[in-house]
Amino acid sequence: MSEEKKATIIVFSGDMDKIFAALIIATGCAAAGMDTTLFFTFWGLNAIKTGKPIKAKGFLGKMMGIMNRGGINRLNPSKFSFGGIGRILFSKMMRDKNVASLAELLQTAIDLDVNLLACKMSMDVLEITREDLIPEVTDVVGVATFVKEAAGSQIQLFV
Amino acid sequence: MNIQADMVQDSLGQMCPMPIAFLAKNVKKLEVGQVLEVDADDEGAHADIPAWCEQTGNEFLGEESVEDFVRYFVKKTVG
Repeated sequence: MSEEKKATIIVFSGDMDKIFAALIIATGCAAAGMDTTLFFTFWGLNAIKTGKPIKAKGFLGKMMGIMNRGGINRLNPSKFSFGGIGRILFSKMMRDKNVASLAELLQTAIDLDVNLLACKMSMDVLEITREDLIPEVTDVVGVATFVKEAAGSQIQLFV
Repeated sequence: MNIQADMVQDSLGQMCPMPIAFLAKNVKKLEVGQVLEVDADDEGAHADIPAWCEQTGNEFLGEESVEDFVRYFVKKTVG
């Protein structure tokens, strides 16, 4: 396989539909033998949270943890969210069409050795700790790591 | 098409990107020179499987339509 090829995707959005696109592209890249990195920042971090209540210390951090709890099964679509009902409807439609769920896609990406990087600065702002993220997250990093990965990549995307 | 496959991947009912994800995993298990048969009914697979082969350097041997699905044959040519 062509090991030297790389793909780097910034996952800024925490919307169900956008995470869906990012994970499909990432699994496709990894399946093609590319060294694939997903760089999760800001709302995107919701996709790699455990979904358990987050352990923030500050008042605002605690509020964020309640309002923005995250977890791969708790993401709402960017349109037709209907306060959480949209997620259930989309999940049902996808299941009916035999499309893999977000959790299955994330697991597939992990199985194909996709690197999951979390942005340290966003984590600090949102008071998310390493323990609030799933154990499969490869590393907690800054922008320089993204630049290094992206500079050597044939595919760079921002979702 | 008369090709003897060393492994058969049942991707019937699977949608993008699962046939490709399993294809990548299964080809890893094969020895160079062995052939994987992918049975898929996702329409996208007819373009995706040859594209995957081109991208990875493996050989796409061809496809064969059978009733309501297609058999795709991929030969592992890269170690």
